[in-house]
Amino acid sequence: MFAIMPVFLTLLAKLIHVYFCFLPESKLSIALDINSTCAKVAFFIISKSMNSPTPHFVPSRLGIYEPIHQIGIWGENFKRNGNPNTSTSVIVEVDNKLENESETTSHEMLAPSNNYEQEASKPIDKIQRRLAQNREAARKSRLRKKAYVQQLENSRLKLIQLEQELQRARQQGLYMGGVLEGSHIGFSGTVNSGIAAFEMEYGRWVDVQHRQICELRTALNAHISDIELRILVESGMGHYFELFRMKSTVAKADVFYVISGVWKTSAERFFSWIGGFRPSELLKVLVPQLDPLTEQQILEVCNLKQSCQQAEDALSQGMEKLQETVSSTVAGGPVDEVSYIPQVATAMEKLEALVSFVNQADHLRQETLQQMSRILTTRQAARGLLALGEYFHRLRALSTLWATRPPEPSLP
Amino acid sequence: MDKLMRLASEKDVVVFSKSSCCLCYAIIILFQELGVTSTVHEIDQDPEGREIEKTLMRLGCNAPVPAIFVGGRLVGSTNE
Repeated sequence: MFAIMPVFLTLLAKLIHVYFCFLPESKLSIALDINSTCAKVAFFIISKSMNSPTPHFVPSRLGIYEPIHQIGIWGENFKRNGNPNTSTSVIVEVDNKLENESETTSHEMLAPSNNYEQEASKPIDKIQRRLAQNREAARKSRLRKKAYVQQLENSRLKLIQLEQELQRARQQGLYMGGVLEGSHIGFSGTVNSGIAAFEMEYGRWVDVQHRQICELRTALNAHISDIELRILVESGMGHYFELFRMKSTVAKADVFYVISGVWKTSAERFFSWIGGFRPSELLKVLVPQLDPLTEQQILEVCNLKQSCQQAEDALSQGMEKLQETVSSTVAGGPVDEVSYIPQVATAMEKLEALVSFVNQADHLRQETLQQMSRILTTRQAARGLLALGEYFHRLRALSTLWATRPPEPSLP
Repeated sequence: MDKLMRLASEKDVVVFSKSSCCLCYAIIILFQELGVTSTVHEIDQDPEGREIEKTLMRLGCNAPVPAIFVGGRLVGSTNE
């Protein structure tokens, strides 16, 4: 029933305009005012008619969304557009559009000769104009919906990031308690912003990682071409390199943050080696998933495993030496004296080396990934990336499960 | 500069290190594991160490040590 109203009002507006066109000029402005008022009412009724409570599904590519009732969407939409500024601009938009059409109408009307020729085509014109307005309204409606869904998606991402940040902040609260009291209060502001930035980025990184894994899985099952698969592999690799870049940046702000692994889930932290996964561990996870390998490939992977192990051992021993150095520095000097600043200050300098170790460890991880990518075929590399991503995903799930396990029953 | 190049070309694998640098220590361990005989120069124990350090920086290294020369050519520090 509502659908007829806007059409009726539009026609009414047109008829009024046609009538007033034959009036002297002074009354033309009044005609236009009445016309625009009718247009406003028509628009308002068109929009109201969209508030009918039919369930509406968000496009399936967003998968995880539940059916949203349309009244909810558009009600929300208009609550937002309820700001006086927004709503008037929208209405003015439609106004101008209708006024433009009215102007073209008046042009036709003021030329009497044309009038008689187009007498027969007038109803068709009206229908066409009505259809055009409907199309326009529908198009604008679609655009508004798209914008709203985009906003929803962004808000959801922000929510996830905020939740993660909150969790980290809680853990951070425990961790920050250990900082030497009274020092670097100004510095910690920059450190915190670096950490906050990293956490937000990492939250996003994990989301993208999850999406990429799903894409890889779909692609491998669908047997897409090697060229297309290569693109997925490249973006998967690039995504890991992105993480190493992020880690490098935050390591400069606070290397202990990276090494402690608070930014990772608990199960991942269990396996942590110098602020990340152990490259040899990576190979152990990957290789069984990659069968069948050629003789040549098996040989190359073996060599890579060995190099990895050797580099890891060397870095581990370097780290041990660093621990010894820092420990002896901090412990040095007489304990009966109150002042410990010189020892601590020297230890600070030595700890700078920790940044290089983290960078070296990440470099080793990156090198391992790149070497594997070189040794494997595109399809194998895709399967490898899928296996690796899935492995970390499962570790994260393990962490969540562990955190929510029922408490152990106390002894009677 | 001359001393640096002379030292770098003396043996196949030459490592410039500092006794306090743990990353250098890691590199040295690695070479041992790889079975590579390397000649290590601890530049903080060399009277001309400062000069060597400056030269290494000028050659484009971010950090002067560890600096690894293979066959007289600078290979850097992050080459696994």
